[in-house]
Amino acid sequence: MVGSDAKPDGMAVMKPDSSALEVLGLTKRFDRLAVDSLDLTVHAGEFYALVGPNGAGKTTTLRMVAGLLRPDAGSVSIFGIDALQDPVAAKQVMAWVSDEPMIYDKLTPLEYLEFVAGLWGIAPSVSEPVAQDLLSSLGLAPHRHERCEGFSKGMRQKVALAGALVHDPRLIILDEPLTGLDAVSARHVKGLLGERVRAGCTVIMTTHILEVAERMADRIGVIASGHLVAEGTLTELRQQNGDADTSLEDLFIALVTLPEAA
Amino acid sequence: MSSATALSWFARHELRLAWREWFAMMTGGRRKRTRAAIIGLVCFAALLHLPAWAVIGRFAELQLPLDKSSLIVISATIFLAWTLMLSQAIESVTRVFYARADLDLIMSSPATLANLFSVRIAAIALTVTMMALLFSTPFIDVLVIGGGARWLTAFGVVVALGLSGAAIAIAVTILLFRLIGPARTRLIAQILAAIIGAGFVIALQVAAIMSYGTLSRFTILTSGTLAAYAPDVDSIWWWPARAVMGDNGALLLLLALALVLLGSVMAVFSHRFADTAIDAAAYGTSGTRRAKQRPFRTGSRQQALRRKEFSLLWRDPWLISQTLMQLLYLVPPALLLWRNFADSSAALTLITPVIVMAAGQLAGGLAWLTISGEDAPDLVATAPLTPSNLIRAKIEVVLIAVAVIFCPLVAALAFASPYQAAISAGAVIVSAASATAIQLWFRVQARRSQFRRRQTSSRLATIAEAFSSIGWAATAALLLALPVAGLISGLITASLVAVTWKFSPRRE
Repeated sequence: MVGSDAKPDGMAVMKPDSSALEVLGLTKRFDRLAVDSLDLTVHAGEFYALVGPNGAGKTTTLRMVAGLLRPDAGSVSIFGIDALQDPVAAKQVMAWVSDEPMIYDKLTPLEYLEFVAGLWGIAPSVSEPVAQDLLSSLGLAPHRHERCEGFSKGMRQKVALAGALVHDPRLIILDEPLTGLDAVSARHVKGLLGERVRAGCTVIMTTHILEVAERMADRIGVIASGHLVAEGTLTELRQQNGDADTSLEDLFIALVTLPEAA
Repeated sequence: MSSATALSWFARHELRLAWREWFAMMTGGRRKRTRAAIIGLVCFAALLHLPAWAVIGRFAELQLPLDKSSLIVISATIFLAWTLMLSQAIESVTRVFYARADLDLIMSSPATLANLFSVRIAAIALTVTMMALLFSTPFIDVLVIGGGARWLTAFGVVVALGLSGAAIAIAVTILLFRLIGPARTRLIAQILAAIIGAGFVIALQVAAIMSYGTLSRFTILTSGTLAAYAPDVDSIWWWPARAVMGDNGALLLLLALALVLLGSVMAVFSHRFADTAIDAAAYGTSGTRRAKQRPFRTGSRQQALRRKEFSLLWRDPWLISQTLMQLLYLVPPALLLWRNFADSSAALTLITPVIVMAAGQLAGGLAWLTISGEDAPDLVATAPLTPSNLIRAKIEVVLIAVAVIFCPLVAALAFASPYQAAISAGAVIVSAASATAIQLWFRVQARRSQFRRRQTSSRLATIAEAFSSIGWAATAALLLALPVAGLISGLITASLVAVTWKFSPRRE
């Protein structure tokens, strides 16, 4: 199946048949059940937004997909690779960006990107120009030889994002990437992610900013109490709710309060 | 609220913060550990009485008046304690300057900043003094039990030393800020603290080696030559020694001098304290340190990881100061090696345990920084590398760094005594490997900046690491002097490391 949705910038988003991520029966328990037999499929080349209230299981789900947490049950397949059986191969095509930018204070952005490219085994002849381009497009070129220790949170987040993109991943997973960014930086990041999706990359992003999900995502998944309570394009979600004019915010509140009420 | 009330309120606030920070360090930030921490602390203090008795128990009967040699030894010991307090105080002051914490709140409040920072200076002095009292109490207890209540004046001397040490530390650190700026002060202050802490002992050892060919610092202190140059017994220079031994007049003068010194520092520097703190905070957010431009380097994924670790280690001010201190401690044995190069004297044997001990300590610190102190754990965990490759690359960094530092010493030793060099090399490897393994078994996820608190995450790991280094150092020394005893010591130390593994959380 190949479908298309009209995006605000006029771009048609293609949805190829192959899936970038396929999660089946994913379960994780800490003190309580954080993720409960979750099934999720994200198509290749798709921008997928995962939204939900605090503690719904968004980050836990994505951390299991990225290989940062071992699930109690279930399977994770990334471009057909079993991520639990062959994590190294799965990680080779994937990048993870957390909400709290984790970079090295004593390295410069360029040194950080050199390190990340080295970890992913990218030849310097390929990674160096990519790194320079990324820093330029994120507005970090004037700071590329300065150590990150004096950077603001927004700058650090952009360095972390550049690190995720420098090895040209096929799947990018971002956990609240816009938290703490100013309007200009947020637009830079959104622009860069949009470009990647247009180039065929798959992006999965959690966000509390529903407007971002509404504007950028091809499909939106709503998660609550470890379950995927709704999924689809904005139009599909509206249809499910039976009100074609409702905002995503109203939809979201209606969807996430249902499991709590139950 | 009156000015005096506001100041006493701020003083209480400062002391509460200092107490909670110290308590968190003792309990590893876990409130459930409170009882265990208190019991552990009481046991530690009680146990400390044993080495204290062994070291100074025999001096409890000493009475005034003393001869010059005794005065020299006591004064040197007091001076050594003071340098250690000064070192600790410089470290504390630097930390206060660079920890942004409540600076914005204080600076934006309508209170008189000079008064608030005077209180903060006093709080630093009090913290340093309290720590000194904590560690000196077992020693003074031993003297009081053995020699009577007159030794209680030693507590007063410790207070005077703590107050004066803190005063000098604040003055030195603020002057460093003014002279070399906030960017360099952090590193220089840490190096200075390390040099001051170790410098006096090392200087005495160096003098003893050069004059008498021995590592014992008491040789130079008790020598007739030094006594001949020393001032008369009624000189002002012996006040601290006399005050320790129960001279109340000398004690009062010492306390008065310390208080005047601290008061002067508060009066002169409390205004600049605010400016200095602002400069330090601004340095933290400006980030102007630049690296050279060079092309990306080729290599395997493990090489990329090793390069990153080496860059971070090289740029770590704390590590540089600690490594420098380790290297400083190696200066006397290296000097002894150079002096006794031609013969294989017994003194030369002393080099081996010093080297082995230093290697274990350094490896433990480096292993924590590389294995536990990972600032981007998610990045490394999501990289396409198996966990075993990742850990191996990090361990290689530790062992390469230890090898770079200790190979020249062992190589030099090989010219003097190949057998001793072989034993030393083997013990250095085992000691470094043991310390690294302990850090690996007890690894936690932490930021590099939390290094100061690494001991609190696992007391067992800290104690095991220390005993392992001491054990392998003793094993190496005994193998050279009494091989059978060396083998027994080696077996005991290996068992200790095995028991540590048995209790480690990573055993599975």
